Amino acid sequence: MDRVDSVLLPELDGPVPATLPSTLGLLSLALGIGALVAPGPLARLTGVDDSAAARMVIPAVGLRELGSAAGLLSGRRPAGWAWSRVAGDAMDLTLLGRALADRSGERRHRLTLTTALIAGVTAVDVFAAVRIRRAQQARARMIRMNIGVTVNRSPAEAYRFWRDMENLPRFMAHLESVRADDLRRSHWIARGPAGHRVEWDAEIIDDQPNKSITWRSLPGARVPNAGRVRFVPAPGDRGTEVRVELRYAPPAGALGRAVAKLFGEEPEQQVRDDLRRFKQVLETGEVVRSEGSPNGISVRQQAMQRPAQPLPASRR
Amino acid sequence: MKATAWMGTDSVKVIDVPDPKIMNARDAIVRISTTAICGSDLHLYHGYIPAMRKGDILGHEFMGEVVEVGPQVRNLKPGDRVVVPFPISCGHCSSCQRGLYSVCENSNPNAGIAEKIMGHSPAGIFGYSHLLGGYAGGQAEYARVPFADVGPLKVPDDVRDDQAVMLADVFPTGYMGAEMCDIKPGQVIAVWGAGPVGLFAAASARLLGAERVIVIDRFPYRLRLAEEHLGAETINYEQADVLDTLNEMTAGRGPDACIDAVGLESHHGNTAMYAYDRAKQVARVETERPFALRQAILACRSGGVVSVVGAYGGFVDKFPMGAFMNRSLIMRTGQCHVQRYTRPLLERIQRGEIDPSFIVSHRMPLRDAPKGYKIFQKKQDDCTKVLLTV
Ligand SMILES: [Zn+2]
Ligand SMILES: [Zn+2]
Repeated sequence: MDRVDSVLLPELDGPVPATLPSTLGLLSLALGIGALVAPGPLARLTGVDDSAAARMVIPAVGLRELGSAAGLLSGRRPAGWAWSRVAGDAMDLTLLGRALADRSGERRHRLTLTTALIAGVTAVDVFAAVRIRRAQQARARMIRMNIGVTVNRSPAEAYRFWRDMENLPRFMAHLESVRADDLRRSHWIARGPAGHRVEWDAEIIDDQPNKSITWRSLPGARVPNAGRVRFVPAPGDRGTEVRVELRYAPPAGALGRAVAKLFGEEPEQQVRDDLRRFKQVLETGEVVRSEGSPNGISVRQQAMQRPAQPLPASRR
Repeated sequence: MKATAWMGTDSVKVIDVPDPKIMNARDAIVRISTTAICGSDLHLYHGYIPAMRKGDILGHEFMGEVVEVGPQVRNLKPGDRVVVPFPISCGHCSSCQRGLYSVCENSNPNAGIAEKIMGHSPAGIFGYSHLLGGYAGGQAEYARVPFADVGPLKVPDDVRDDQAVMLADVFPTGYMGAEMCDIKPGQVIAVWGAGPVGLFAAASARLLGAERVIVIDRFPYRLRLAEEHLGAETINYEQADVLDTLNEMTAGRGPDACIDAVGLESHHGNTAMYAYDRAKQVARVETERPFALRQAILACRSGGVVSVVGAYGGFVDKFPMGAFMNRSLIMRTGQCHVQRYTRPLLERIQRGEIDPSFIVSHRMPLRDAPKGYKIFQKKQDDCTKVLLTV
């Protein structure tokens, strides 16, 4: 089955997480092998060749680097291994600092250079570790859903209604508006509690009339998202199975919390309810309302409903 | 307007609320002339149905005059006198198109909540908790009727209010209970419960050709009604062992079909048995007291039908699955698909085959609704059915 996952989302699948850990791994590998194979020249190069302890410390550092290399290249828990490299760097800097204190002349000069070099490596490691961690968190936050509803209408009717993107807010409760800029591009505005607003541009990247529509947000969206809806004839002449695959990656921080609130505690339930309203509009011509429903977030369609409580507020 | 509102367990009040408004194009507003208190309103009254909120307007059996219609309602106009079926049904989903109106797929705006408890959501019902839509009910001066182009039936002048209002629920529900038994000539049908639905089930079993109808209850005045008005045989379960008596009456076969017209608040002749399930229900270990259902399954002849029209809300304990499976029983259930039955039953009333007003024991103005609930709850004053006039 085709999945939304096959749709590229640069914001979610960028090159950073894939290549950074292996680059760091190769660096560790080179340093580790160097320290084990040629501890003497390395000691001389760094300016600690006068110390007896260096002959033991340098191979130990090499072993540690090989450990980091194995971890980073294995691809498992890259953020942990990146941070372990930072810890190793800190240890090296401490040792170098101590060595600097009782060296002078040419050796002190080489030691200073080495220290600066390691400090630079440390900065790169910290940067990489942070980047890897962030990318992992974004992936962990990413929400994926596959939800379907059976609508007692033909695939062509269901497709036609959905393809007019400006219809979407009629049944998607959290959408304030969708403006079609042209046949492919559209501008979406979602509004949640306390006036939080999320806007983005989206484009249709695959359109198969009466069969499926695939869209994704354009780069720059603060909440990158992608979706596909397929319209499959339901068996037994029961209309159309409308199957929606959706994924989005809410950011961390305040906006992320606002987005989470926007979708409620159960994002899947929200989408299921949206699809139920899609069915209502197609089958009955309108979103079904009652005096006491629903009691969720206040949105445009639901604003037309009267309060759940038939008693006037003053008498509650 | 004035409306009867649920104010908490065992408490209803007639309060002032805003008049209903047209919210959707297929809505109508009905000025209510007659409305009724139903046995299932007592489940709400007793607090057994979840998702009621203080101030919710009760009532799902009502009729009156159309005073306003939305732009999409073409079959009704202001001035029409209509009776309104209790399930709210869109008429266009595949359930409605198959005649399964009480499981309309579109009429419960709170379907997500109902799905969590029932797997799939049934239709919305007037005045019957937020689980079933949160629709305002009809024990009021006015009601908003969604999908008014599907449900309401125009009532001809020669049919009185106290006859027609029975078409909103109890008559069709009893009728469907009998219809699900697939009655053939010579058959014996047993009905648990001699409330309005049980009495209409017994009456309908007769209309559909049952040879004998046996009604089981504990109130002598209700059993008397079944005997005198419907020619039914009766068993008072507080005075006789139901299974033994039914076996004796059918020479060991058991009834060909058993109708449970009692539902979740049934009673048991044995005080200890009753107390046991009652305690579990109070502790919310089980949500129902299914004595009638258990008995109906055990009593039914092998290969017979158990037809359930009594209202259940949640989970049943000690369901006699062994008897049910080993004896090839068939169970058929459902909230009534009222829209299917209103017209044919109206025609039966017009032909004089039945006068459904025979069950009405009390008539009072809407403002006395709290009194009506109390009398009906306590079965005071030989109460079978309370009509409220507006
Ligand atoms: Zn009723
Ligand atoms: Zn329907």
